Amino acid sequence: MSARELFSLRNPHTRTAISVTVFVFVLSALIGFILLPLAQPHLQFAGLWDAICSAAGVPRGTSSVENAPAAAPVSKVVLTSGTLAHPSQQSIGRGATLAQRCAICHGPTGISRADSPNLAGQYAAVIYKELSDFRSGARVNAVMTPFATNLTDQEIADLAAYYAYLPRLPAYHPEPQLKPTRIVVYGAPTRGIAPCGSCHGSLDNKTGSPWLEGQSAVYLKAQLEAFASGQRRNDISAQMRNVARAMTPAEIEEAAAYYASQPAEVVKAVE
Amino acid sequence: MLVNRRLILAHFWLAFAVFGLALLLGAWQMFVRSPLQTWLSNPEWYYRSLTAHGTVMGYVFPTLVAMGFGYAISEASLSQRLIGVRWAWTGYGLLAVGAVMAMVPVALGRASVLYTFYPPLIGNAFYYIGVVLVVVGSWIWVALMSVNLYAWKRVNPGAPVPLAMFANVAGSYLWAWTAVGAALELLLQIIPVALGLKTTIDAGLARVFFSWTLHAIVYFWLVPTYIAYYTIVPRAIGGRLYSDTMGRLAFILFLVVAMPIGIHHTFADPQVGAGFKFIHSAFTALVALPTLLTVFTICASVEIASRLRGGRGAFGWVRALPWDNPIMLAVAFSFVMLGFGGAGGLINMSYQLDATIHNTQWITGHFHLIFGGAIVIMYFAIAYDLWPHLTGRAFTDFRLMRAQLWLWFIGMIVTTFPWHYVGILGMPRRMAYYDFTNPALAPEAIQVTISVIGAVILVISGALFLTVLIRGQRAPLADAGPYRFSIALHPPTTVPMALNSHGLWFALMVALTITNYGFPILNLAVRSDTSVPAVYVGAQ
Repeated sequence: MSARELFSLRNPHTRTAISVTVFVFVLSALIGFILLPLAQPHLQFAGLWDAICSAAGVPRGTSSVENAPAAAPVSKVVLTSGTLAHPSQQSIGRGATLAQRCAICHGPTGISRADSPNLAGQYAAVIYKELSDFRSGARVNAVMTPFATNLTDQEIADLAAYYAYLPRLPAYHPEPQLKPTRIVVYGAPTRGIAPCGSCHGSLDNKTGSPWLEGQSAVYLKAQLEAFASGQRRNDISAQMRNVARAMTPAEIEEAAAYYASQPAEVVKAVE
Repeated sequence: MLVNRRLILAHFWLAFAVFGLALLLGAWQMFVRSPLQTWLSNPEWYYRSLTAHGTVMGYVFPTLVAMGFGYAISEASLSQRLIGVRWAWTGYGLLAVGAVMAMVPVALGRASVLYTFYPPLIGNAFYYIGVVLVVVGSWIWVALMSVNLYAWKRVNPGAPVPLAMFANVAGSYLWAWTAVGAALELLLQIIPVALGLKTTIDAGLARVFFSWTLHAIVYFWLVPTYIAYYTIVPRAIGGRLYSDTMGRLAFILFLVVAMPIGIHHTFADPQVGAGFKFIHSAFTALVALPTLLTVFTICASVEIASRLRGGRGAFGWVRALPWDNPIMLAVAFSFVMLGFGGAGGLINMSYQLDATIHNTQWITGHFHLIFGGAIVIMYFAIAYDLWPHLTGRAFTDFRLMRAQLWLWFIGMIVTTFPWHYVGILGMPRRMAYYDFTNPALAPEAIQVTISVIGAVILVISGALFLTVLIRGQRAPLADAGPYRFSIALHPPTTVPMALNSHGLWFALMVALTITNYGFPILNLAVRSDTSVPAVYVGAQ
């Protein structure tokens, strides 16, 4: 018998095999594309074709539920591998000049005497993102917003380059170095809280997440509370809001106190 | 007639060596995420180990076993020297190089993406290229199996292809086609992103491509085991194969329906339509058929062996079986694990029931029971059966073999049963750390601890297995005679062409791929709004 005879409908095996396969496919398609969609009481279809398209996975136009417009601007910062890579000396120099107006709060060496964040040696991507968010209104602060409003992209990049270039110095509020608590090391998996270090440096560094060592406890606590209440909302995909909302006030206190007491020298460098 | 013994031994030794290493990693993972160990504090180590364990156990180990066993089957069942020995060594070399190339970035923490890749997570390009080399190496084997069968058919026109070779080639074709899904995902989607040529990836489409591979790869792992059921077990215990035709039918069914069913792995994914999920669920139900046929045929074959030994009664014959024969023991254990694992599988494939256990530890328990248990225990049996013929030395360690098989069986049950149970309780999979002090998780601590004990038993069994093989390699020389496969109760004299060739079934498999995967793939591929930014492992 040749292959031609095998691939012919006159061959009883071929005939049976193809008919059984077609039968199973058609039957399961009828059930899956017509019977089951129409049997769902909560699904409303315009007709049979609509039901079939829905079962096939064609995205359907939702007329009744339009995406609600965002109540507040969200962070739209785009970083490409070229945005902040290899800043020139000129860029750092321009950043230093621009940074003179930041010094009153963030300190002349990038270390704050108040409860503003220390910026010396902060990751460039963080400075870039926060300034961009202040400019766009995704993050709002009575003091910072007016400073950021008129900055150009280049000026933001220069400031990011300058602060990233500064050496990390000891902070002004050193306390005895606290041991990490449970919430810091483990997070709380059952509440969807990752360990702080999985984004903020000690385990892994996610682009746009700052290192926190030596920052003011007051500032850290205020930010966590702002995330928890939804007052601050420039975190991508609501990551920090989800974390902070699930934290207890005591855990917020602990995490803030822990990071405030750590020396900035332990922060890992970015490659 | 086994001529190229070194080639076959090289495959088996590399397979079992990497298996031993990956087994240790697996046991370590069980331990570090259990309540017995305070956490490492860094999940990266866990995922690094998990990626290595999965890549070795999923891609390298079973592929090498299937290839080595395939070469042995080709030579022994066709009584024909392997054609293309140089190509076979090339394939072996590609596999070895690919495995090393993939493992280096994993060990360095540059590719902790798990063996299922999970885009938009993107690791080092060498990891993916290494996996591609492993697949390409195995495709050489696929081609060689086809070439050798073709050469034999030219010399023996119309003669029935020996069942072992028929099944072996069916398994190789299944692998050839099912590997295409992951190959498309790697070559078209992941590797360009890993090389930095693109920065976005359609993760949904990638998952659909991977599901094309993900289910049938399990049947590719399974085929050597089923070949052993049909063509080694009846002979090894002194019986006859109950039905040669049933065997052919089982492998044909695997070839046709094992592949176009993978979307049941993506029941929870929003990018695939519910209708296609249902179709895949229905076809997955069909894949139970060849297993049921096999269980029936092998039980009947085993009963024949028992009755020949004087077994009597409706159930009394079970006692008369040669229980001191390691192969008998292995097949019994394998069937028990296949029974439980298969029953669990019926829950996974059901569109509705899956919702209760999707992405829980149940799934990991399930595939360890089926693959690590039912399938791998027969890999041991295959090695035990072939070893004297490959080494030209006789085994004397039958007690050690039995102990090894018992320990593997007990270890696998002790590991996977609690694993299933915590899955039902809702314990998620793919997590590096569980907070067992949390009242919600505390009741699961004891089951997870039991699983760790099972893992330790498995490591002991794995060490015994390697000991048996090494001692077998050093035993005194003894001629084991020619390697034979089981003889059927009614040996086939003529077989209809449909049951003696693969073309029709391969065509049906491709046709079902088009009907079951064509639209879901096209639907995603033509849309422009489905890509997301890649997340590079270790990037800042």
